[in-house]
Amino acid sequence: MGKAGKRKRKASAPSGSRGPMKSTMDVVKSNPFEVKVNKQKFNILGRKTKNDVGLPGVSRSKAIKKRTQTLLKEYKEKEKSNVFKDKRFGEYNTKISPEEKMIKRFTLERQQNFGKKNIYNLNEDEELTHYGQSLAEIEKLNDIIDSDSDTEERGTLSAELTAAHFGGGGGLLRKKVSSGQEVEEEEKPKSRKELIEELIAKSKQEKQERQTQRESALELTEKLDNDWKEIQTLIARKTPKSEKKDKEEKTKPDEYDMIVRELAFEMKAKPSDRMKTEEELAKEEQARLQKLEADRLRRMHGIDEQETKKKPKHISADDLADGFILDKDDRRLLSYKDGKINIENEEEEEEEGRNEDSNENEEESEEENNEHEEESEEESATEDEEDVDADNHSDLESDLESEEEATGNKEQKNQKSSEKKSQDMKEQDIKMEAARSELPYTFAVPESYEKFKSLLTGRTIEQQLIMLERIQKCNHPSLAMGNKAKLEKLFGFLLEYIGELATLDLPELKTIDKLVLPLYNLCQMFPERASDSIKFVLRDAAHDMEEIIEVKGRATFPGLNTLIYLKITALLFPTSDFWHPVVTPAFIYMSQLLTKCRITTLQDVVKGLFICCLFLEYVSLSRRFVPELINFLLGILHISLPKKQAQGYTVVHPFTPVGKNLELLLVCDKKDLESWQKQNLPLSIVTRLKEASRTEMNHIRLSCLAMCFDLIKKCAALYESLPSFHEIMHPVRILLTQHVPVSEYPEQMQEWYNSALRELENKVKHYTPLVCEKKKPVPLKQYTPKIVKVLEFGKKQGGSKKEQERKRLIQKHKREFKGAIREIRKDNQFLARMQLSEIMERDAARKRKVKELLSSLATQEGEWKAMKRKKRKN
Amino acid sequence: MAEAGGHAAAVAACVDAVLGSRGGANRVFEILELLAAEEEEAVACAVRACRRLFGALLERGELFVGRLPAEEAALAGACSAEHKYKVWMRHRYSSCLDCLSELLGHGSFQVKELSLCTLMKFVELEAEHPLVEAEWKGGFTFPRELLKIVVDGLIPLNEDASLLISRFQEYMEYDDIRYFVMKAVTESIGQVMQKTKERPLPFYQQNIFSLISPINMPNKERDMVKFMVKQDNREEWKVSKLQAHKQAFEKMWLSFLKHKLPTGLYKKVLVILHDCILPYMNEPTLMIDFLTVAYGIGGAISLLALNGLFILIHQHNLEYPDFYKKLYSLLDPSIYHVKYRARFFHLADLFLSSSHLPAYLVAAFIKRLSRLALTAPPEALLMVIPFICNLFRRHPACKVLVHRPNGPEDLSEDPYIMEEKEPSESRALESSLWELQSLQNHYHPDVAQAAAILNQSLSEIEDDISGLLELSAYELFDREVKKTTTDVPLEFEPVRGLFGKKNDIFAEHFTLE
Repeated sequence: MGKAGKRKRKASAPSGSRGPMKSTMDVVKSNPFEVKVNKQKFNILGRKTKNDVGLPGVSRSKAIKKRTQTLLKEYKEKEKSNVFKDKRFGEYNTKISPEEKMIKRFTLERQQNFGKKNIYNLNEDEELTHYGQSLAEIEKLNDIIDSDSDTEERGTLSAELTAAHFGGGGGLLRKKVSSGQEVEEEEKPKSRKELIEELIAKSKQEKQERQTQRESALELTEKLDNDWKEIQTLIARKTPKSEKKDKEEKTKPDEYDMIVRELAFEMKAKPSDRMKTEEELAKEEQARLQKLEADRLRRMHGIDEQETKKKPKHISADDLADGFILDKDDRRLLSYKDGKINIENEEEEEEEGRNEDSNENEEESEEENNEHEEESEEESATEDEEDVDADNHSDLESDLESEEEATGNKEQKNQKSSEKKSQDMKEQDIKMEAARSELPYTFAVPESYEKFKSLLTGRTIEQQLIMLERIQKCNHPSLAMGNKAKLEKLFGFLLEYIGELATLDLPELKTIDKLVLPLYNLCQMFPERASDSIKFVLRDAAHDMEEIIEVKGRATFPGLNTLIYLKITALLFPTSDFWHPVVTPAFIYMSQLLTKCRITTLQDVVKGLFICCLFLEYVSLSRRFVPELINFLLGILHISLPKKQAQGYTVVHPFTPVGKNLELLLVCDKKDLESWQKQNLPLSIVTRLKEASRTEMNHIRLSCLAMCFDLIKKCAALYESLPSFHEIMHPVRILLTQHVPVSEYPEQMQEWYNSALRELENKVKHYTPLVCEKKKPVPLKQYTPKIVKVLEFGKKQGGSKKEQERKRLIQKHKREFKGAIREIRKDNQFLARMQLSEIMERDAARKRKVKELLSSLATQEGEWKAMKRKKRKN
Repeated sequence: MAEAGGHAAAVAACVDAVLGSRGGANRVFEILELLAAEEEEAVACAVRACRRLFGALLERGELFVGRLPAEEAALAGACSAEHKYKVWMRHRYSSCLDCLSELLGHGSFQVKELSLCTLMKFVELEAEHPLVEAEWKGGFTFPRELLKIVVDGLIPLNEDASLLISRFQEYMEYDDIRYFVMKAVTESIGQVMQKTKERPLPFYQQNIFSLISPINMPNKERDMVKFMVKQDNREEWKVSKLQAHKQAFEKMWLSFLKHKLPTGLYKKVLVILHDCILPYMNEPTLMIDFLTVAYGIGGAISLLALNGLFILIHQHNLEYPDFYKKLYSLLDPSIYHVKYRARFFHLADLFLSSSHLPAYLVAAFIKRLSRLALTAPPEALLMVIPFICNLFRRHPACKVLVHRPNGPEDLSEDPYIMEEKEPSESRALESSLWELQSLQNHYHPDVAQAAAILNQSLSEIEDDISGLLELSAYELFDREVKKTTTDVPLEFEPVRGLFGKKNDIFAEHFTLE
């Protein structure tokens, strides 16, 4: 039925041009015997019904006609090799109109005859004439005349025509000029005008009514007021308020009243928070850290991302919900910082107030506020040395200690180091004090990196730190409008400066070590900006490497500055997050470094090991698996071995089982082996390997090797919990147990080696077969109707876009398949019918012929018999 | 400059003299002497002059046609002066050709290029005005000897001539030139390699490769319309038959590949084999030997040979015994790191798409791939995890690897035997995919997520891995960097210096000096 509907529509479109056809269609449609109506059981809203009425007879005849044109033709031409070729021009080309076709044919004919001389055709260039005039000329003349007359007529007509027929716009315009002149045109505009007038009148009336209403209401209230006054005087023996008011307006305010009011409005002394005891502080600190840690863990597992996004957007009860956000972070931050500044200015009252503010804010978003608190502590560590009070230092120390306690610090060693650090700080204080006195107190934020650099160069570390600190303070975002942008830039400058310090021939690592602190502070202030700058640096580095790879096919390790940047990334951002905008790219970049960079020198080895350390640090909390790390350590061990053929392991890119850079870490010298002491490698090796003697080189080699053992040990501890730990460590274990010449190593090295091997070996092998998560059981089908919100009529709901597309295609395929089967069936029926009719025809013809023959024979016989009878009679 | 100008003038005078009258013919020696001169300019002048001179002579038909008699004999013999002159001139011409072919090995590229062009010009002219008598009326002639000289000059034994060869490529556009070059190369390989007795000649082979690898064979006979020599009734000429071209092409490659190749060249050949060589051979099956040997070598070469082998198996009914076993043994840690990773996995995907493979085989492949994935970089992991998932979808019998609800608790050892060469013996079906479980802890969030899919039941539709095959580490990096977020979590542990963290690993091993 669907087909019939479609055909009907198709047929109806061209039928417009053909008159009789249309009429027959109409006849057919109006004939109730031709129409079949598909009854619908229910009316469904929004469903387009296209097949409600069908014309079976029409569609059948159409199908038969089509088949006779195509299928029957094919059938009849079956097994016939000669083809009838129709060479008439454009006979089957529907694109050209019949007129064009005719013209083309005519020209073709002319062209064909052109070359041939027709002897019978005497006047070749005959001219067609009409009444003795050349037809061509007539045409030309006609044309000219036509066009002329046309334009003239149009010119005269246009004005009138528009006036007469399209009276609207033109009429109105003219009316304004001369109204009421034309009688015909008056009627319509007049009515409109009337309408407008009516409207105006109505609105005026309404206005008046409203005014009167208001007036009456006013009168009533006045009346009520007066009444009330009278009653009031009765109730309370007081001067009526209005009178009092009048009086007050006239007389000047009483002094006493003023004082009373002032007192009333003056701020009452509010109870401030009491000073917190140390334990409380420690507890708070602990709670804060716990919360931060919980946050970190949540991010590490990559869950609840939605929630994390929502968290900072906590909406307070006072929120107007107008989408206006007053750079919350900054404000809170500055209130706190201002407090700090205010201490110096001895405006304690205000500070208190602000602190309260900040306390209130704390409830709003504890986390951030805490960060600032912590920052302030941080600052207290670095900044508060202004007053060289001993108390202050003790505070500081206790601060540090309490912090450590709070974090649940188990290691004594660390504490010691921090104590030592605070000792160092004390020493520094003196220096800083000296430095402080020399420097100006206010700084503008440098506009460009060059200015920034010229500001810092030539100063001592302490001076640089103080300058940075002062720049930050003087240009705090709270103090002026553009300060935020300026300070944001400062982060980039500082980063670049650090990079430059690291690229120096003799890298100023100590300076960098100190400069990291202001960098951290700036990062806490402007996280987005900081992440952008570090991302930019990383992108540059990765891009450079990609270019080198494209040109040379292999990469080289980057300079010390990039390594430092990677290290700084780990300091500024949490590396344990499942996904982090800065850390994740850094991970990928480091992975590329370890897999793509060729190792040709000892420096490369040191750089590679540095990156290994970075990797370990990055994943130390999250315990994520880094295949590149294991590969690289294996490779490092591999190049420390003498060349050998037999192997139970395979090294992967960039290391090769055979090649020229083997034995890079091999040390054979007995003396060097004996004299070696484990040393911490100075980072400056990376940029400039000192013209070291062979012994020193060998010592560096051995240190690298020791480091490698240690890293393996750490890896083993880290990945212990992975289910395929043994498979991961398998090649390393084989190399350690079977190939490393332990006996040749000095004792200290053997210790490293043994501890690494022990860590590898004493892990239990434990495998449990995997089981998929259980599928949710499919609920039984219910008979209650499923109510689904219909978003768009006529479309299947549910599933993703891909799924929907798939379903749609499957359905389409099914439909087409069914259609094709139906068509084929009908074709076969048609053919069978044709064949049958052919056979019948043939049979009928045969019968007829037989009959004819028989009848002729019968007549013959009859005649013969008749003759015979005659003869006999005769 | 003045000297060069002087040369040019002198040489031009010589040419004019020779062309002008037969009396000045002896001046041709001056030009030929100059061909052996030291200065580049002089040589270039001389080459140009030769081109003009002999070009003109060839066009005028003033060179002897037919088998060239010995010079003395011809001059002494009793012939017409005309005949003697022609013979003599023809001898000068051939000595000029000798000089030019030597110049193809000249130090300066300009001279080389010039002499190459001159020689090719002679080829063209000789084809038009043949110097040999046609064997029969209407026979076709082509200066094959001359072209052979050119080709030999193009592929020297011990220097890299790729620059000159690339200059020569424009002549290879001509169908007839290409045909005869192919023949000449075949001949040359036969001669040279026989002498060297299977010792590889890296430069020679490299030169040949750069000459024959860019050969652009026509697809249809109709396409062959560009001939340098215009012959009448060309249709009958052998050179205009595609079949003949293919035959020459096939012979050339076969003779080239018959000999031992350096590894780099081996790879290059294999890279272009499947789409530049195989389709243009009359009988691609002749490559079977070469490909089987290459497949057996191992490493990257085997990976590359796979493609050609696939075409032979797929389109030419090659029966390869233990194909899957071999494929299985190709899997080693380097497959995730090599350049041809995309190509290999594309083919592996094809090979493993058959639903008639036994489950143990597919399981062995899955297990091995995932075991090797423990050393793979993230870009490869992002590709191989969906690959493995697809294998699970195609072969649901392998799902025991990720779902074994009532298997033995607590195995002490992974039952899978990595070292086993035979997939059926590797006991992969008894194992589980602990490797992918480990990868759920991968540092790259996408990898971890992809690996986590295994915990859930798989959807039925296969993942499309074609987009992941070519994924590079840099793309991965770029994708991450370009992600924008509003919220940047910060480290809350305060900084105490570059190495100031708790338990900083760096502090243990490095110092800030």
